[in-house]
Amino acid sequence: MLSFALRRMIALLVTLAVATVLVFTVLEVLPGDPAQVMLGTEARPDTLAALRDKLGLNQPAPERYLHWVAGLVTGDLGVSYTYATPVAELVRDRLAVSLPLAVFALALTTLIAIPLGAWAAARRNSAVDVGVMAATQIGIAAPNFWLAMLLALLFAITLRWLPAGGFPGWSAGPWPALRALILPAVALALPQASILARVMRSSLLDTLGDDYVRTARAKGLSAGQALRRHALRNAMIPVLTIMGLQFSFLLAGTIIIENVFYLPGLGRLVFQAINQRDLIVVKSVVMLLVASVIVVNFLVDVAYAAVDPRLRRRG
Amino acid sequence: MTFDRRLFLGGSLATLLAAGAIAGLTGPVLAAARKDVIIGVRLEPPHLDPTAGAAAAIGEIVYANVFEGLTRVDRTGATKPALAESWTISEDGKTYTFKLRAGVTFHDGAPFDATVAKYNLDRARAPDSVNPQKGVFAPIETVEAVDPVTLKVTLKQPTGNFLFGLGWPASVMLSPTSAADAKTKPIGTGPMKFVNWAKGSSVELGKNDRYWGTPIKIEKAVFKVIGDASASFAALMAGDIDAYPLYPAPETLDQFRADPRFKVVVGSTEGETIVALNNGRKPFDDVRVRRAVSHAVDRKLVIDGAMFGLAKPIGSHFAPQNAGYVDLTGKYPHDVAKAKALLKEAGVAEGTKLRLVLPPPDYARRSGQIIAAQLKAVGLDVEIVPMEWAQWLSDVFKGKNFDMTIISHVEPLDLDIYARDDYYFDYKSPAYRAIYAELAATVDQEKRLSLYRKAQERIAEDAVNVFLFMLPKTGVWNADLQGLWENAPIPANDLTEVSWKG
Repeated sequence: MLSFALRRMIALLVTLAVATVLVFTVLEVLPGDPAQVMLGTEARPDTLAALRDKLGLNQPAPERYLHWVAGLVTGDLGVSYTYATPVAELVRDRLAVSLPLAVFALALTTLIAIPLGAWAAARRNSAVDVGVMAATQIGIAAPNFWLAMLLALLFAITLRWLPAGGFPGWSAGPWPALRALILPAVALALPQASILARVMRSSLLDTLGDDYVRTARAKGLSAGQALRRHALRNAMIPVLTIMGLQFSFLLAGTIIIENVFYLPGLGRLVFQAINQRDLIVVKSVVMLLVASVIVVNFLVDVAYAAVDPRLRRRG
Repeated sequence: MTFDRRLFLGGSLATLLAAGAIAGLTGPVLAAARKDVIIGVRLEPPHLDPTAGAAAAIGEIVYANVFEGLTRVDRTGATKPALAESWTISEDGKTYTFKLRAGVTFHDGAPFDATVAKYNLDRARAPDSVNPQKGVFAPIETVEAVDPVTLKVTLKQPTGNFLFGLGWPASVMLSPTSAADAKTKPIGTGPMKFVNWAKGSSVELGKNDRYWGTPIKIEKAVFKVIGDASASFAALMAGDIDAYPLYPAPETLDQFRADPRFKVVVGSTEGETIVALNNGRKPFDDVRVRRAVSHAVDRKLVIDGAMFGLAKPIGSHFAPQNAGYVDLTGKYPHDVAKAKALLKEAGVAEGTKLRLVLPPPDYARRSGQIIAAQLKAVGLDVEIVPMEWAQWLSDVFKGKNFDMTIISHVEPLDLDIYARDDYYFDYKSPAYRAIYAELAATVDQEKRLSLYRKAQERIAEDAVNVFLFMLPKTGVWNADLQGLWENAPIPANDLTEVSWKG
């Protein structure tokens, strides 16, 4: 077990190192000059040269790469070209929006999907099942930004219950901040919940047909009891896998929803930084996201191996 | 089987209950005389120092509110005194003596005087300066602080629009001790001071109680960053913001016009929107081809189709609201037959491939599609190439690697770009350069106006670019809010005259 974790750890470090090279190279070949973007069309050549010098863009690429990696290792992410603010500070501020939003959306997803999927599976081929399947089909097909606009139209413009967007910051108190996240979280959660509910339903249907469920019924348990005590737990494994994927999607992939509700999240930070060629921000944030995905995968691998001894010998 | 239903209800209804609970907590707010204003802006400024970055988004927050210059540009585009009370210009047009306002202090308490003004002008023209409008300061030979309220600036040669340039956002006065941190903590002399910047979200300004001039009528201003067009619609409709001075979704303006809560104001900017032609390479190095595409483009159709009929047409590179304007819109009437004949005469074969590069703004993307179709009608095979801003700057603007592109030139009175050596559309006309050289050295207003006319006519005669329209400024704001600028002679949201009715 220990050697398995060690091997996985080495693989993790190699993957991270390769990722830094890839991220750096891709941004090197990206056309566009950060200094020109910052100073605009009226900038004179000497002014551009002066700014490039101040930003350290005149050093050769390998030197800049090593400097960046050294910074990553020591936890110094550098200072944003355009914002003139430490990147770590920018990321921390954005995570304060993106992380709670992702957690909130995932919680809603789970609260909606699991009971709904279970209900549909238990009443297979009934009106309930057909209704759930139809509703989730629509939920998957509807683009979340369109859903977001409809929600804003209803709850912000017509009913005036919730703000149409923006984020007051946690300093304004937990309630105003949470309130600002309700519509975005619902818009994110509904399509995800549709996917998860369908996974839940088919997974549960699979386990309901298994021998041990039949045995449980033969022992005298009701259909509901058998479902709750035996089938449900086993059906959760694929559901948890999907939830893991959904969480990383919700953390990094919320950019469209962030735009519709003008939330200052991580996705918009990256988007804006790419447009303004604030490469130091792009590099560091992309690396951070890559690292989080790789680390989560590593933890999942190790956890699977802990559960299932057969996996340890491979790896 | 009650189990399933319980779980389902407990889960799914949580969402609805949460939404319902909010209804009780947000009753209608009682209307009191408001002292604050919330303004929507499309782009977040990269930082807040207008002397170190070109982004219009910087000036749209700090100009005239936080920072002031020696002169200022007012809502009509005229140059007015600001931190300089008055000035005299020597006979030869080279020496400017400014009388500065006495008793002015910065928000950090530091005094403003001639030494500070000298510091700022010297900083802007220093070799390591990163001022985006360094050209404004290039004519300066020496700056001298004669006494605390007298500043003497000597120029290398007479410069007609020097005072105008001093009124731009890039020419504002910073407190010397704050200059290093001005990007995140701007400290100026204006009627409002910087309070807070929630990055990615909003910038807050508060009233400066020690302002030297007429006190501002509002206590607080918040600039909210709302980039998405439909989000800005929702934010206005929901009352989350009071004004969106550069409203990005013209297709929804009728809904605001029909709603008595709002005022829709269509003004103009200084943005001459053009199809820039690469005069430096085939086929646009031939004036007949340039004239042919000018005839091929139906300006009215572009304005109606891409700009919802809101833009004013132009026939040369000059804004109609400025003195000295000549209407040249009739010079190349829409005429497909004539365009085809000119192309044939110039030897441009039917089906010649041309690339039309379109930067991100809506005006460019929308006009581009219509223009591509119109050019196809005269036998040119136009390929549309959408491009993001940074790449447009390096490929098109710097690299001159394009045939045609659509862009709005927002700098005011920018006739000088047609006289530049290495400018992206590569127009090289000795005749025009002679006109511009004379204009640049002329201070007399009457003479300047006649030279403006000559310059416009020369540019139109040579059909340097296809001149489309002035970029409109469509503003939407609360009907009770007064004092915002209708036009945008420079990128600014001047709040000095803003107040609430009632």
